[in-house]
Amino acid sequence: MVARFMSLKEAVASCVKDGDTISMEGFTHLIPHAAGHEIIRQGIKNLTLVRMTPDVIYDQLIGAGCAKKLIFSWGGNPGVGSLHRLRDAYEKSWPTKLEIEEHSHAAMANAYDAGAAGLPCAVFKGYRGAELPRVNPNIKFIECPFTGESLAAVPAIRPDVTVVHAQKANKKGDVLFEGIVGVQKEAVLAAKKSIITVEEIVDDFGDISPNAVMLPNWAVTAIVEVPGGAHPSYAQGYYKRDNAFYKAWDPIARDRETFQAWLEEHVINGGPEDFAAKREANKG
Amino acid sequence: MVEYTPTEMMTVSAARALKNDDVCFVGIGMPSAACNLARLTHAPDITLIYESGTIGTKPDVLPLSIGDGELCETAVNTVAVPEMFRYWLQGGKISVGFLGAAQLDKYGNINTTVIGDYDNPKVRLPGGGGAPEIATSCGEVFLVMKQSKRGFVEKIDFVTSLGHGKGGNDRASYGVDTKGPSRLITDLCIMEPHPEGKQFVVTSIHPGVTREEIIENTGWDVEFADEVAETAIPSEKELQVLRELHARTAKAHGDQQ
Repeated sequence: MVARFMSLKEAVASCVKDGDTISMEGFTHLIPHAAGHEIIRQGIKNLTLVRMTPDVIYDQLIGAGCAKKLIFSWGGNPGVGSLHRLRDAYEKSWPTKLEIEEHSHAAMANAYDAGAAGLPCAVFKGYRGAELPRVNPNIKFIECPFTGESLAAVPAIRPDVTVVHAQKANKKGDVLFEGIVGVQKEAVLAAKKSIITVEEIVDDFGDISPNAVMLPNWAVTAIVEVPGGAHPSYAQGYYKRDNAFYKAWDPIARDRETFQAWLEEHVINGGPEDFAAKREANKG
Repeated sequence: MVEYTPTEMMTVSAARALKNDDVCFVGIGMPSAACNLARLTHAPDITLIYESGTIGTKPDVLPLSIGDGELCETAVNTVAVPEMFRYWLQGGKISVGFLGAAQLDKYGNINTTVIGDYDNPKVRLPGGGGAPEIATSCGEVFLVMKQSKRGFVEKIDFVTSLGHGKGGNDRASYGVDTKGPSRLITDLCIMEPHPEGKQFVVTSIHPGVTREEIIENTGWDVEFADEVAETAIPSEKELQVLRELHARTAKAHGDQQ
Protein backbone atom coordinates (compact mmCIF):
# COMPACT_ATOMS: atom_id res chain seq x y z
CA MET A 1 0.00 0.00 0.00
CA VAL A 2 1.51 3.31 -0.96
CA ALA A 3 0.90 6.57 0.85
CA ARG A 4 -2.34 8.38 0.10
CA PHE A 5 -2.68 12.13 -0.07
CA MET A 6 -5.53 13.25 2.15
CA SER A 7 -6.97 16.21 3.94
CA LEU A 8 -5.90 16.47 7.57
CA LYS A 9 -9.43 15.77 8.68
CA GLU A 10 -9.60 12.61 6.61
CA ALA A 11 -6.12 11.45 7.66
CA VAL A 12 -6.85 11.73 11.40
CA ALA A 13 -10.36 10.26 11.05
CA SER A 14 -9.09 7.23 9.12
CA CYS A 15 -5.93 6.53 11.17
CA VAL A 16 -6.50 7.55 14.83
CA LYS A 17 -9.05 5.81 17.08
CA ASP A 18 -10.08 6.24 20.72
CA GLY A 19 -7.70 4.30 22.96
CA ASP A 20 -4.81 4.21 20.47
CA THR A 21 -1.16 4.57 21.38
CA ILE A 22 0.11 7.46 19.32
CA SER A 23 3.50 9.01 18.96
CA MET A 24 3.88 12.58 17.77
CA GLU A 25 7.58 13.26 17.49
CA GLY A 26 9.93 16.09 16.56
CA PHE A 27 12.88 17.14 18.70
CA THR A 28 12.09 20.89 19.04
CA HIS A 29 12.06 20.88 15.21
CA LEU A 30 9.16 19.74 12.96
CA ILE A 31 6.59 19.15 15.71
CA PRO A 32 3.23 18.29 14.12
CA HIS A 33 1.08 20.96 15.82
CA ALA A 34 -1.60 21.22 13.11
CA ALA A 35 -2.22 17.46 13.33
CA GLY A 36 -2.41 17.69 17.14
CA HIS A 37 -5.12 20.31 16.81
CA GLU A 38 -7.07 18.09 14.43
CA ILE A 39 -6.97 15.24 16.97
CA ILE A 40 -8.40 17.64 19.57
CA ARG A 41 -11.10 18.86 17.17
CA GLN A 42 -12.19 15.30 16.42
CA GLY A 43 -12.59 14.69 20.16
CA ILE A 44 -10.46 11.55 20.21
CA LYS A 45 -10.08 10.23 23.77
CA ASN A 46 -8.17 7.79 25.98
CA LEU A 47 -4.98 8.08 23.97
CA THR A 48 -1.66 6.84 25.24
CA LEU A 49 0.63 9.64 24.12
CA VAL A 50 4.27 8.79 23.51
CA ARG A 51 6.87 11.50 23.02
CA MET A 52 10.44 12.07 24.26
CA THR A 53 9.87 15.75 24.97
CA PRO A 54 6.19 16.46 25.60
CA ASP A 55 6.06 20.22 25.30
CA VAL A 56 3.33 22.61 24.19
CA ILE A 57 1.69 20.17 21.75
CA TYR A 58 1.07 17.54 24.42
CA ASP A 59 0.12 20.19 26.98
CA GLN A 60 -2.69 21.10 24.56
CA LEU A 61 -3.79 17.49 23.93
CA ILE A 62 -3.71 16.69 27.65
CA GLY A 63 -5.55 19.88 28.61
CA ALA A 64 -8.17 19.11 25.97
CA GLY A 65 -8.81 15.72 27.58
CA CYS A 66 -7.48 13.47 24.82
CA ALA A 67 -4.99 11.49 26.91
CA LYS A 68 -5.16 8.79 29.56
CA LYS A 69 -1.44 8.05 29.71
CA LEU A 70 1.81 9.78 28.85
CA ILE A 71 5.08 7.97 28.10
CA PHE A 72 7.94 10.49 28.09
CA SER A 73 11.50 11.35 29.07
CA TRP A 74 11.47 15.15 29.56
CA GLY A 75 8.29 17.10 30.12
CA GLY A 76 8.58 20.85 30.04
CA ASN A 77 8.39 24.03 28.00
CA PRO A 78 12.08 24.29 27.06
CA GLY A 79 13.78 27.37 28.48
CA VAL A 80 10.44 28.60 29.87
CA GLY A 81 9.18 26.30 32.64
CA SER A 82 6.53 23.74 33.54
CA LEU A 83 3.73 22.37 31.41
CA HIS A 84 0.77 23.57 33.46
CA ARG A 85 -1.87 21.43 31.72
CA LEU A 86 0.26 18.30 32.15
CA ARG A 87 0.76 19.07 35.84
CA ASP A 88 -2.93 19.85 36.37
CA ALA A 89 -3.90 16.52 34.82
CA TYR A 90 -1.27 14.52 36.69
CA GLU A 91 -1.64 16.25 40.06
CA LYS A 92 -5.37 17.13 40.07
CA SER A 93 -6.87 14.83 37.39
CA TRP A 94 -8.19 17.79 35.36
CA PRO A 95 -9.83 17.38 32.92
CA THR A 96 -9.18 13.65 33.37
CA LYS A 97 -6.73 11.47 35.25
CA LEU A 98 -3.35 11.11 33.57
CA GLU A 99 -1.08 8.15 34.18
CA ILE A 100 2.63 8.62 33.47
CA GLU A 101 5.43 6.29 32.46
CA GLU A 102 8.78 8.01 32.70
CA HIS A 103 12.07 7.15 31.00
CA SER A 104 15.35 8.77 30.04
CA HIS A 105 16.04 10.07 26.52
CA ALA A 106 18.51 7.26 25.87
CA ALA A 107 15.85 4.69 26.81
CA MET A 108 13.20 6.17 24.52
CA ALA A 109 15.58 6.67 21.60
CA ASN A 110 16.64 3.04 21.95
CA ALA A 111 13.00 1.92 22.33
CA TYR A 112 12.01 3.62 19.06
CA ASP A 113 15.03 2.08 17.36
CA ALA A 114 13.99 -1.35 18.68
CA GLY A 115 10.42 -0.78 17.48
CA ALA A 116 11.63 0.09 14.00
CA ALA A 117 13.97 -2.92 14.05
CA GLY A 118 11.19 -5.35 14.96
CA LEU A 119 12.70 -6.20 18.33
CA PRO A 120 10.58 -6.75 21.45
CA CYS A 121 12.87 -4.64 23.63
CA ALA A 122 15.82 -2.31 23.60
CA VAL A 123 19.05 -3.12 25.43
CA PHE A 124 21.49 -0.39 26.40
CA LYS A 125 23.94 0.86 29.00
CA GLY A 126 21.56 3.02 30.95
CA TYR A 127 19.92 3.93 34.24
CA ARG A 128 23.05 2.94 36.15
CA GLY A 129 22.66 4.15 39.72
CA ALA A 130 19.50 6.03 38.75
CA GLU A 131 16.20 5.79 40.62
CA LEU A 132 13.67 5.59 37.76
CA PRO A 133 13.88 1.76 37.67
CA ARG A 134 12.39 1.80 41.22
CA VAL A 135 9.22 3.61 40.07
CA ASN A 136 8.87 2.36 36.48
CA PRO A 137 8.30 -1.43 36.19
CA ASN A 138 9.00 -1.18 32.45
CA ILE A 139 12.70 -0.70 33.20
CA LYS A 140 14.52 -3.94 33.87
CA PHE A 141 18.09 -5.17 33.86
CA ILE A 142 19.38 -8.17 31.98
CA GLU A 143 22.73 -9.91 31.86
CA CYS A 144 24.76 -9.93 28.67
CA PRO A 145 24.98 -13.65 27.72
CA PHE A 146 28.56 -13.18 26.52
CA THR A 147 30.20 -10.89 29.09
CA GLY A 148 27.85 -11.02 32.07
CA GLU A 149 27.58 -7.23 32.05
CA SER A 150 24.33 -5.85 33.47
CA LEU A 151 22.37 -3.89 30.85
CA ALA A 152 19.14 -1.91 30.99
CA ALA A 153 16.15 -3.12 28.97
CA VAL A 154 12.91 -1.33 28.10
CA PRO A 155 10.02 -2.47 25.88
CA ALA A 156 10.17 -1.43 22.22
CA ILE A 157 7.86 1.46 21.32
CA ARG A 158 5.24 0.20 18.82
CA PRO A 159 2.68 2.98 18.30
CA ASP A 160 -0.64 2.34 16.59
CA VAL A 161 -0.05 5.62 14.79
CA THR A 162 2.96 7.91 14.46
CA VAL A 163 2.32 11.50 13.44
CA VAL A 164 5.23 13.68 12.26
CA HIS A 165 5.87 16.75 10.15
CA ALA A 166 8.43 16.99 7.33
CA GLN A 167 9.60 19.60 4.85
CA LYS A 168 8.57 17.94 1.63
CA ALA A 169 6.81 15.10 -0.10
CA ASN A 170 7.09 14.49 -3.82
CA LYS A 171 4.16 13.66 -6.09
CA LYS A 172 4.74 9.94 -5.54
CA GLY A 173 4.47 10.38 -1.77
CA ASP A 174 8.12 9.92 -0.78
CA VAL A 175 9.02 12.12 2.19
CA LEU A 176 12.10 14.26 2.86
CA PHE A 177 13.22 15.38 6.34
CA GLU A 178 16.13 17.79 6.78
CA GLY A 179 17.91 19.38 9.75
CA ILE A 180 17.36 18.04 13.26
CA VAL A 181 15.68 14.77 12.35
CA GLY A 182 15.15 13.52 15.91
CA VAL A 183 13.53 10.09 16.09
CA GLN A 184 10.99 10.68 13.32
CA LYS A 185 12.18 7.98 10.94
CA GLU A 186 12.36 5.40 13.73
CA ALA A 187 8.94 6.42 15.08
CA VAL A 188 7.31 6.05 11.64
CA LEU A 189 8.94 2.69 10.96
CA ALA A 190 7.97 1.44 14.44
CA ALA A 191 4.27 2.28 13.97
CA LYS A 192 1.41 0.36 12.34
CA LYS A 193 0.19 3.54 10.59
CA SER A 194 1.64 6.96 10.01
CA ILE A 195 0.43 10.45 9.16
CA ILE A 196 2.99 12.88 7.79
CA THR A 197 2.14 16.53 7.36
CA VAL A 198 4.49 18.42 5.02
CA GLU A 199 5.27 22.03 4.20
CA GLU A 200 4.84 21.41 0.50
CA ILE A 201 4.35 18.77 -2.15
CA VAL A 202 6.84 19.13 -5.00
CA ASP A 203 7.24 17.49 -8.40
CA ASP A 204 10.60 16.09 -7.40
CA PHE A 205 13.20 16.78 -4.71
CA GLY A 206 15.80 18.05 -7.17
CA ASP A 207 19.43 17.87 -6.19
CA ILE A 208 19.50 16.20 -2.77
CA SER A 209 22.10 13.97 -1.19
CA PRO A 210 21.46 10.26 -1.66
CA ASN A 211 21.77 10.04 2.12
CA ALA A 212 19.10 12.65 2.89
CA VAL A 213 16.58 11.25 5.32
CA MET A 214 13.70 10.01 3.24
CA LEU A 215 10.84 7.65 3.78
CA PRO A 216 9.69 5.91 0.60
CA ASN A 217 5.96 6.17 -0.12
CA TRP A 218 5.28 2.51 0.72
CA ALA A 219 6.49 3.10 4.31
CA VAL A 220 3.93 5.87 4.99
CA THR A 221 0.14 5.72 5.35
CA ALA A 222 -1.13 9.27 4.83
CA ILE A 223 0.42 12.51 3.59
CA VAL A 224 -1.15 15.89 4.16
CA GLU A 225 0.09 19.23 2.88
CA VAL A 226 -0.12 21.74 5.75
CA PRO A 227 2.07 24.82 5.18
CA GLY A 228 3.24 26.07 8.58
CA GLY A 229 1.90 22.88 10.20
CA ALA A 230 4.73 22.72 12.75
CA HIS A 231 4.18 26.22 14.19
CA PRO A 232 5.18 27.29 16.89
CA SER A 233 7.91 24.71 16.28
CA TYR A 234 9.84 25.29 13.08
CA ALA A 235 10.67 23.80 9.70
CA GLN A 236 14.25 24.41 8.69
CA GLY A 237 14.37 26.20 5.36
CA TYR A 238 10.79 27.49 5.78
CA TYR A 239 10.35 29.35 9.08
CA LYS A 240 11.94 29.86 12.46
CA ARG A 241 10.88 28.63 15.86
CA ASP A 242 8.37 31.07 17.34
CA ASN A 243 10.16 31.36 20.68
CA ALA A 244 7.87 34.25 21.65
CA PHE A 245 4.87 31.90 21.41
CA TYR A 246 6.54 29.33 23.68
CA LYS A 247 7.01 32.09 26.24
CA ALA A 248 3.43 33.34 25.73
CA TRP A 249 2.14 29.78 26.28
CA ASP A 250 3.13 29.86 29.94
CA PRO A 251 0.45 32.38 31.10
CA ILE A 252 -2.14 30.93 28.68
CA ALA A 253 -1.75 27.42 30.11
CA ARG A 254 -1.38 28.51 33.72
CA ASP A 255 -5.11 28.51 34.48
CA ARG A 256 -7.97 26.46 33.14
CA GLU A 257 -10.10 29.36 31.92
CA THR A 258 -7.44 31.10 29.80
CA PHE A 259 -6.44 27.73 28.39
CA GLN A 260 -10.02 26.84 27.45
CA ALA A 261 -10.57 30.23 25.84
CA TRP A 262 -7.38 29.79 23.82
CA LEU A 263 -8.39 26.26 22.82
CA GLU A 264 -11.84 27.42 21.72
CA GLU A 265 -10.52 30.29 19.63
CA HIS A 266 -7.47 28.70 18.03
CA VAL A 267 -8.27 24.97 17.86
CA ILE A 268 -12.00 24.27 18.07
CA ASN A 269 -12.84 27.22 15.80
CA GLY A 270 -9.59 26.95 13.83
CA GLY A 271 -8.30 24.73 11.07
CA PRO A 272 -5.11 23.62 9.33
CA GLU A 273 -5.40 26.54 6.89
CA ASP A 274 -4.61 28.94 9.80
CA PHE A 275 -1.00 27.72 9.91
CA ALA A 276 0.10 29.25 6.58
CA ALA A 277 -0.08 32.76 8.05
CA LYS A 278 2.09 31.62 10.99
CA ARG A 279 4.68 30.41 8.51
CA GLU A 280 4.77 33.82 6.85
CA ALA A 281 5.03 35.62 10.20
CA ASN A 282 8.03 33.54 11.28
CA LYS A 283 10.16 33.65 8.14
CA GLY A 284 13.10 35.86 8.62
CA MET B 1 37.85 47.88 38.98
CA VAL B 2 35.86 45.42 36.88
CA GLU B 3 32.24 45.01 38.03
CA TYR B 4 30.37 41.75 37.60
CA THR B 5 27.49 39.77 39.08
CA PRO B 6 27.80 36.47 41.00
CA THR B 7 26.09 34.73 38.07
CA GLU B 8 28.67 36.13 35.66
CA MET B 9 31.43 34.94 38.00
CA MET B 10 29.87 31.47 37.97
CA THR B 11 29.49 31.31 34.19
CA VAL B 12 33.04 32.53 33.60
CA SER B 13 34.46 30.01 36.12
CA ALA B 14 32.45 27.23 34.50
CA ALA B 15 33.69 28.20 31.04
CA ARG B 16 37.30 28.14 32.22
CA ALA B 17 36.90 24.48 33.24
CA LEU B 18 36.67 23.50 29.57
CA LYS B 19 39.67 22.85 27.33
CA ASN B 20 40.13 23.57 23.65
CA ASP B 21 40.27 19.85 22.78
CA ASP B 22 37.22 18.82 24.81
CA VAL B 23 34.20 17.14 23.28
CA CYS B 24 31.40 18.39 25.46
CA PHE B 25 27.79 17.27 25.82
CA VAL B 26 25.94 20.46 26.70
CA GLY B 27 22.95 20.66 29.04
CA ILE B 28 20.45 23.44 28.49
CA GLY B 29 20.45 26.64 30.59
CA MET B 30 23.50 27.57 32.63
CA PRO B 31 25.80 24.94 31.02
CA SER B 32 24.93 26.21 27.55
CA ALA B 33 26.04 29.76 28.39
CA ALA B 34 29.29 28.51 29.95
CA CYS B 35 30.14 26.17 27.08
CA ASN B 36 29.59 28.83 24.43
CA LEU B 37 31.56 31.39 26.43
CA ALA B 38 34.47 28.92 26.46
CA ARG B 39 34.15 28.50 22.70
CA LEU B 40 34.10 32.26 22.14
CA THR B 41 37.16 32.89 24.36
CA HIS B 42 39.91 30.39 25.19
CA ALA B 43 38.56 27.23 23.53
CA PRO B 44 37.67 28.10 19.92
CA ASP B 45 38.07 24.51 18.69
CA ILE B 46 35.96 22.83 21.39
CA THR B 47 33.33 20.42 20.07
CA LEU B 48 29.93 21.23 21.56
CA ILE B 49 27.25 18.57 21.25
CA TYR B 50 23.56 19.01 22.06
CA GLU B 51 21.28 16.02 22.53
CA SER B 52 19.14 17.04 19.55
CA GLY B 53 21.92 15.48 17.45
CA THR B 54 24.00 18.52 16.55
CA ILE B 55 27.74 17.85 16.65
CA GLY B 56 30.33 20.64 16.65
CA THR B 57 27.77 23.41 16.81
CA LYS B 58 28.75 27.10 16.97
CA PRO B 59 25.57 29.05 17.72
CA ASP B 60 25.72 32.84 17.51
CA VAL B 61 22.95 33.09 20.13
CA LEU B 62 22.12 30.73 22.99
CA PRO B 63 19.32 28.30 22.12
CA LEU B 64 16.05 28.50 24.07
CA SER B 65 15.60 24.78 23.47
CA ILE B 66 18.20 22.09 22.79
CA GLY B 67 16.90 21.76 19.23
CA ASP B 68 16.84 25.35 17.99
CA GLY B 69 17.61 25.74 14.27
CA GLU B 70 20.70 27.79 15.06
CA LEU B 71 22.36 24.66 16.48
CA CYS B 72 21.87 22.62 13.31
CA GLU B 73 22.75 25.41 10.88
CA THR B 74 26.13 26.00 12.58
CA ALA B 75 27.03 22.34 13.28
CA VAL B 76 29.64 20.18 11.58
CA ASN B 77 26.92 17.55 11.22
CA THR B 78 23.55 16.60 12.64
CA VAL B 79 22.66 13.00 13.42
CA ALA B 80 19.43 11.29 14.44
CA VAL B 81 18.72 11.15 18.17
CA PRO B 82 19.13 7.34 18.51
CA GLU B 83 22.56 7.64 16.87
CA MET B 84 23.46 10.48 19.24
CA PHE B 85 22.68 8.43 22.33
CA ARG B 86 23.95 5.08 21.05
CA TYR B 87 27.14 5.76 19.11
CA TRP B 88 28.35 9.10 20.38
CA LEU B 89 27.31 9.10 24.04
CA GLN B 90 27.06 5.40 24.97
CA GLY B 91 29.99 4.66 22.65
CA GLY B 92 32.24 6.74 24.88
CA LYS B 93 33.17 9.46 22.38
CA ILE B 94 32.42 12.41 24.68
CA SER B 95 34.97 13.73 27.17
CA VAL B 96 32.84 16.06 29.31
CA GLY B 97 29.16 16.28 30.20
CA PHE B 98 28.10 19.69 31.49
CA LEU B 99 24.96 19.57 33.60
CA GLY B 100 22.80 21.68 35.87
CA ALA B 101 20.40 20.41 38.54
CA ALA B 102 17.43 21.32 40.71
CA GLN B 103 18.84 19.45 43.71
CA LEU B 104 22.31 18.17 44.35
CA ASP B 105 24.01 16.31 47.20
CA LYS B 106 27.62 16.38 48.34
CA TYR B 107 28.48 13.41 46.13
CA GLY B 108 27.20 15.12 42.99
CA ASN B 109 24.10 12.96 42.64
CA ILE B 110 21.48 14.98 40.74
CA ASN B 111 17.73 15.38 41.03
CA THR B 112 15.77 16.90 38.15
CA THR B 113 12.67 14.71 38.57
CA VAL B 114 10.56 15.62 41.64
CA ILE B 115 10.68 17.57 44.88
CA GLY B 116 8.95 15.40 47.46
CA ASP B 117 7.60 11.91 46.90
CA TYR B 118 7.64 10.55 43.34
CA ASP B 119 3.95 9.59 43.33
CA ASN B 120 2.74 12.68 45.25
CA PRO B 121 5.33 15.33 44.47
CA LYS B 122 5.42 18.82 45.96
CA VAL B 123 6.93 19.98 42.69
CA ARG B 124 7.01 17.95 39.52
CA LEU B 125 10.17 18.85 37.57
CA PRO B 126 10.68 18.13 33.83
CA GLY B 127 12.55 14.85 34.41
CA GLY B 128 15.88 13.38 33.44
CA GLY B 129 15.94 13.86 29.68
CA GLY B 130 19.45 12.94 28.60
CA ALA B 131 21.06 13.40 32.02
CA PRO B 132 20.97 9.84 33.50
CA GLU B 133 23.18 8.53 30.68
CA ILE B 134 25.19 11.74 30.19
CA ALA B 135 26.17 11.42 33.86
CA THR B 136 27.48 7.88 33.43
CA SER B 137 28.78 7.78 29.83
CA CYS B 138 30.83 10.99 29.53
CA GLY B 139 34.48 10.84 30.56
CA GLU B 140 33.80 13.29 33.39
CA VAL B 141 31.02 15.60 34.49
CA PHE B 142 31.09 19.28 35.35
CA LEU B 143 28.19 20.69 37.33
CA VAL B 144 27.12 24.31 37.40
CA MET B 145 24.44 25.56 39.78
CA LYS B 146 23.60 28.56 41.95
CA GLN B 147 24.23 27.74 45.56
CA SER B 148 21.32 27.64 48.03
CA LYS B 149 20.22 25.55 51.02
CA ARG B 150 17.19 24.37 49.03
CA GLY B 151 19.29 23.17 46.12
CA PHE B 152 22.39 21.87 47.92
CA VAL B 153 20.90 19.28 50.25
CA GLU B 154 22.08 16.46 52.53
CA LYS B 155 19.74 14.00 50.78
CA ILE B 156 18.15 14.57 47.39
CA ASP B 157 14.48 13.56 46.98
CA PHE B 158 15.12 11.46 43.86
CA VAL B 159 18.31 10.23 42.22
CA THR B 160 17.72 11.16 38.59
CA SER B 161 21.39 10.85 37.64
CA LEU B 162 24.26 9.15 39.41
CA GLY B 163 27.20 11.13 40.75
CA HIS B 164 29.51 9.41 43.23
CA GLY B 165 26.57 7.52 44.77
CA LYS B 166 27.24 7.06 48.47
CA GLY B 167 30.85 8.16 48.09
CA GLY B 168 34.15 6.28 47.97
CA ASN B 169 34.04 3.64 45.24
CA ASP B 170 30.25 3.39 45.23
CA ARG B 171 29.94 4.78 41.69
CA ALA B 172 31.96 1.87 40.29
CA SER B 173 29.65 -0.65 41.99
CA TYR B 174 26.96 0.23 39.41
CA GLY B 175 29.25 -0.87 36.61
CA VAL B 176 30.19 2.70 35.76
CA ASP B 177 33.83 3.21 34.83
CA THR B 178 33.79 6.94 34.03
CA LYS B 179 35.11 9.59 36.39
CA GLY B 180 31.81 11.25 37.34
CA PRO B 181 31.43 14.76 38.74
CA SER B 182 34.92 16.25 38.93
CA ARG B 183 34.02 19.88 39.41
CA LEU B 184 31.09 21.85 40.80
CA ILE B 185 31.00 25.53 39.93
CA THR B 186 28.62 27.78 41.85
CA ASP B 187 28.07 31.51 42.20
CA LEU B 188 30.15 31.42 45.42
CA CYS B 189 32.95 28.92 44.88
CA ILE B 190 34.38 25.90 43.10
CA MET B 191 34.22 22.46 44.71
CA GLU B 192 36.02 19.27 43.72
CA PRO B 193 35.51 15.73 45.01
CA HIS B 194 37.77 14.48 47.81
CA PRO B 195 40.24 12.01 46.23
CA GLU B 196 39.04 9.11 48.43
CA GLY B 197 35.70 9.97 50.01
CA LYS B 198 34.43 11.73 46.83
CA GLN B 199 32.44 14.29 48.82
CA PHE B 200 32.73 17.81 47.45
CA VAL B 201 35.43 19.97 49.01
CA VAL B 202 35.71 23.72 48.44
CA THR B 203 38.94 24.34 46.54
CA SER B 204 38.48 27.91 45.32
CA ILE B 205 36.38 30.80 46.63
CA HIS B 206 35.20 33.62 44.41
CA PRO B 207 36.56 37.08 45.36
CA GLY B 208 34.54 38.85 48.06
CA VAL B 209 32.74 35.67 49.19
CA THR B 210 33.18 34.51 52.79
CA ARG B 211 33.35 30.94 54.12
CA GLU B 212 30.26 31.75 56.20
CA GLU B 213 28.26 32.59 53.08
CA ILE B 214 29.16 29.25 51.55
CA ILE B 215 28.22 27.41 54.75
CA GLU B 216 24.92 29.32 55.04
CA ASN B 217 23.96 28.40 51.49
CA THR B 218 24.77 24.70 51.72
CA GLY B 219 22.58 21.99 53.24
CA TRP B 220 25.50 19.68 54.08
CA ASP B 221 28.53 20.24 56.31
CA VAL B 222 30.90 22.13 54.04
CA GLU B 223 34.50 20.94 53.85
CA PHE B 224 37.28 23.30 52.80
CA ALA B 225 40.55 22.12 51.26
CA ASP B 226 43.75 22.69 53.25
CA GLU B 227 44.72 25.29 50.71
CA VAL B 228 41.80 27.19 49.27
CA ALA B 229 42.53 29.37 46.26
CA GLU B 230 40.84 32.62 45.34
CA THR B 231 39.11 32.39 41.95
CA ALA B 232 40.53 34.87 39.44
CA ILE B 233 38.01 37.61 38.69
CA PRO B 234 36.45 37.67 35.22
CA SER B 235 38.59 39.48 32.68
CA GLU B 236 37.17 42.37 30.69
CA LYS B 237 37.28 40.18 27.59
CA GLU B 238 35.35 37.34 29.26
CA LEU B 239 32.68 39.74 30.52
CA GLN B 240 32.38 41.53 27.21
CA VAL B 241 31.94 38.29 25.25
CA LEU B 242 29.43 36.92 27.78
CA ARG B 243 27.34 40.11 27.83
CA GLU B 244 27.33 40.37 24.06
CA LEU B 245 26.21 36.72 23.86
CA HIS B 246 23.33 37.37 26.28
CA ALA B 247 22.36 40.58 24.45
CA ARG B 248 22.25 38.80 21.07
CA THR B 249 20.24 35.99 22.65
CA ALA B 250 17.66 38.32 24.21
CA LYS B 251 17.23 40.13 20.92
CA ALA B 252 16.84 36.91 18.95
CA HIS B 253 14.27 35.39 21.32
CA GLY B 254 12.26 38.51 22.02
CA ASP B 255 11.86 40.24 18.69
CA GLN B 256 9.49 37.83 17.00
CA GLN B 257 6.31 38.84 18.76
